[in-house]
This record gives sequence, structure tokens and C-alpha cells, in this order.
Amino acid sequence: MLEYILAKYNFWIYVVLMMIGLYAMMGKRNLVKKLIGMNIFQTSIILFFVSIGVKKGGATVPIIMGHGHGHGQHLIKVADYLNPLPHVLMLTAIVVSIATTGVALATLILIYKRYHTLEEDEILAIRKDPSSYKTLG
Amino acid sequence: MIWQLDLFLLLFVIICALAAINIKDLLSAVIILGAYSFFMCLLWAEMGAVDVAFTEATVSAGVGTVLFVAAVFKTVRRSKD
Repeated sequence: MLEYILAKYNFWIYVVLMMIGLYAMMGKRNLVKKLIGMNIFQTSIILFFVSIGVKKGGATVPIIMGHGHGHGQHLIKVADYLNPLPHVLMLTAIVVSIATTGVALATLILIYKRYHTLEEDEILAIRKDPSSYKTLG
Repeated sequence: MIWQLDLFLLLFVIICALAAINIKDLLSAVIILGAYSFFMCLLWAEMGAVDVAFTEATVSAGVGTVLFVAAVFKTVRRSKD
């Protein structure tokens, strides 16, 4: 059992990172902290996908070596190169994650202009009782 | 892939994540998130995903940190938790 856990140690660490992000999204009340937690969650999933493409035994980056200009004399061994498909997919995911972060930050600035606070409980209190807005703002 | 370096970088990534969500000053939290992104970039270069490492270093650690710092300066810097 211990060998099984130690052989896949990186997957357990990704799960720990994902739980840190989930806790920050659910447990923290500040909205910027929630956004930081969402970033950590996204990067942990991207890390998991990229680590699937890694091979053991001296595999290198997927650039084909040699000088086979159409002759095709050398066989290309797949085990010598990493799997580039998860890399390409996760490249898109990084760009999408920065786009979602930008939209979330713009929404956050609008929330601050309207409520003059970024704490979730204070915003909910103002929404429930709008007369308390004057004392806070 | 060298597993000692891998474990070392993963440890630093977890330390940066815990510090970023526990610190009360939001500007410090955002800068620590940038450090987290750079450790993630090193981790990907170490795994052989060089294109992902380049994109992470420019987009997530560069542009993302700039966006976060701008948003913190437009709003409030202190946080209650």
C-alpha cells in the first residue's frame, strides 16, 4: 500500500493542491481570495493533464532528431519522445484561464464600485438590508 | 524527469499556494501567486512541456499578476481573512 502511494506521489500532490483551491473558493469570504483559489484549482488540473504525457526512461521533448529528409530509413521510436497532445490541449486551457480571470477581475471592480466592500458577508448584509449601506460606505 | 527536483518544486508550489490563501494583505497574496506561477513554469520545463512553460511564464505569471495588481489598486488592499 505504501509503495503504491509513493509510486504515484505526484498525483497525490495534485489532489492536495486541488483541495487547497477548493477550500479557498468555499471557505474564504474575501472575493479576491476566492479568485486566487480558482486560479490554484485550474493550475492543479492543468498540471495533472501535462503529467500524463510524461514517459519514464529518457524520453525527451517531441522534436524528431536525425536527417531523414523524406528517405524514411530510420524508424522513429515512440517511446523516445513525450506525448505532445496534452501539452497542446493545456496551452489552450492556460489562455482561457487568464481570460476568465480578467472577466472576474472586471466584475470585482464593478462590485466594489457599487458596494464599497469586497467581503462576501458584508455584501450579503447590504443586499438584505439596503439601509445599512450608508453606515458602511 | 528527475524525481528529486520534481518533489522539491512541488513542495515549493504547495508552500506558495498555502501562503497565498492565508495572508491578509491582498497585494502580498497576489505577488505570492505570481511566485506560484513561476514555480509551476519551472515544473513544466522540468517535465519536458517547454511550450506550456513559455506560455505560463508570459501569460499567467506576467499578464495575470499585472491584472491582479491593477485590480487590487483599483479596489481595497486589506482583507478580513
